[in-house]
Amino acid sequence: MNALTIQNLTKTYPNGFTALKGINLTVAEGDFFALLGPNGAGKSTTISITTSLTYKTSGEVKIFGHDIDKEPSLAKSYIGVVPQEFNCNIFETVFNVLKYQAGYYGIPYKIAKIRIEKYLKKLHLWDMRNKTIRTLSGGMKRRVMIARALVHEPKLLILDEPTAGVDIEIRRTMWEFIKEINQQGITVILTTHYLEEAESLCKNIAIIDQGEIIENTSMKALLQQLDVETFILNLSNSITELPQLKNFTTRMIDNTTLEVDVHKHCDDINELFIQLNHHGIRVQSMRNKINRLEELFMRLIKKNDDNMINNDGIDYESMGQL
Amino acid sequence: MNLWVSFKTILAKEIWRIFRVWTQTLLPSGITMGLYFVIFGNLLGSRLGTIEGTPYILFITPGLIMMAVIMNSYANVVSSLYISRFQRSIEEILVSTTSNMVFMLGFVVGGMIRGLLVGIVVTIIALFFTHLELKHTFVLLLVLTLSAFFFSLAGFANALVARDFDDTMIIPTFLITPLTYLGGVFYSITFLPDIWQKVSLFNPILYIVNGFRYGMLGVSDIQISIALLIMTLACGLMCLLNLYLLKKGTGLRQ
Repeated sequence: MNALTIQNLTKTYPNGFTALKGINLTVAEGDFFALLGPNGAGKSTTISITTSLTYKTSGEVKIFGHDIDKEPSLAKSYIGVVPQEFNCNIFETVFNVLKYQAGYYGIPYKIAKIRIEKYLKKLHLWDMRNKTIRTLSGGMKRRVMIARALVHEPKLLILDEPTAGVDIEIRRTMWEFIKEINQQGITVILTTHYLEEAESLCKNIAIIDQGEIIENTSMKALLQQLDVETFILNLSNSITELPQLKNFTTRMIDNTTLEVDVHKHCDDINELFIQLNHHGIRVQSMRNKINRLEELFMRLIKKNDDNMINNDGIDYESMGQL
Repeated sequence: MNLWVSFKTILAKEIWRIFRVWTQTLLPSGITMGLYFVIFGNLLGSRLGTIEGTPYILFITPGLIMMAVIMNSYANVVSSLYISRFQRSIEEILVSTTSNMVFMLGFVVGGMIRGLLVGIVVTIIALFFTHLELKHTFVLLLVLTLSAFFFSLAGFANALVARDFDDTMIIPTFLITPLTYLGGVFYSITFLPDIWQKVSLFNPILYIVNGFRYGMLGVSDIQISIALLIMTLACGLMCLLNLYLLKKGTGLRQ
């Protein structure tokens, strides 16, 4: 069973801007799915249509097999959403926000009360339950929105930039929590600008750009497309000139830092160390120059932009439509 | 069952809001209407004698109560819903399984409750100045309920179509307030020249004020059955308008 099925989904806003150009997407039940794309690519429009906040122009959206037009109430009951922008009543208490949300889904207070306690405790917010939302920090507000999205126990959790503006410690706590939720069988769809987040959490991925899905595959398969990885090597000893390494492209950043391109299919990273050793160079530590997914993401987006310019001769990006 | 829980939730939220900001929701009308009673009822009214055999202070009391009910029913829904739109907290309801009908009724009944609570406050204040009677209790309650319902529905529609805060003030300031003052709160339309009496019959608030006055004092400028019929039809039409706006997503969905 698919948690989400989108077929030929289009959205044209009243000002004439087409945000979605007939996208097709399926997310399997239990998946941890990343929906990535640059700003204005159509991610939030897709989520808004799925959660009924935006009307589609054409196409079909089904949640666990239930059409959002034909069975809206049933379809909505499966979804929990954490929106990108903060949308709680700032004058309400944390407890009341969750209590009301449960009520809107028709959950009686007796049941809601138990769930509110459960999720607030899990998200370390129980002590804050009687505080008004406006007195909370940004990270706490984000966690309230996650708890609110879960209070009716949805089977599909959609997180639209859930960790935006949240410090690293809280972000990691939230990742752990969301991972735990997914392990319990809840399907998770995540949009994020932190590609490291998507790479470490998600099993499958779709990249959307200019209203079209330009990639839809497993995270593993996508990362395998990356043929060259660039590593930064921090050296134990300082060097004066760039060592000539066979089959590796190297660049000297400074006396103790080297940048090396490693070709996935041709190069053996052990060979790199052997050659460096031969030159009397010792490596203290190494790291990827940029996140692997980030590199792929940039390539795919650039390729798509180039195609758009080549196909119709118009540079949409420079027109400010992104 | 689920819809009933949704309805109770929206209503509880609205009632909680009324009491949380009671200095803005319940108190102002009490003070304003108290001043009306002091100035128009007591100071000026004692020199004006009677209207249709009724002391002036008693004649204006039903109109003042209705004015408070109308203004507050309208104001509660328009401000609560518009602020929810502005803060985007309305999305909590939009993404949920709550139906459009329940969504509308939750806010509207909340508005009615504020209107009726303020009506009670003003009635209590009136009792300090005059002795009140209930000639036709059923008619009085019916008019009160229909009026609060209609103006809550109107406030709901206003909140949906409003593009900014200014738009939420236009109808109360430029339409409801003038129509209320010209709706026979402070005078009987029989005082007006023939032509203005006929024009006044197009003012819907005239029917409300007179319906309520009939329930309280047993006197009215218009036929009460017509007043009730017009009010019921107006409520029905306003319900349909709101459901249409909700289905279309006006002000809520893109």
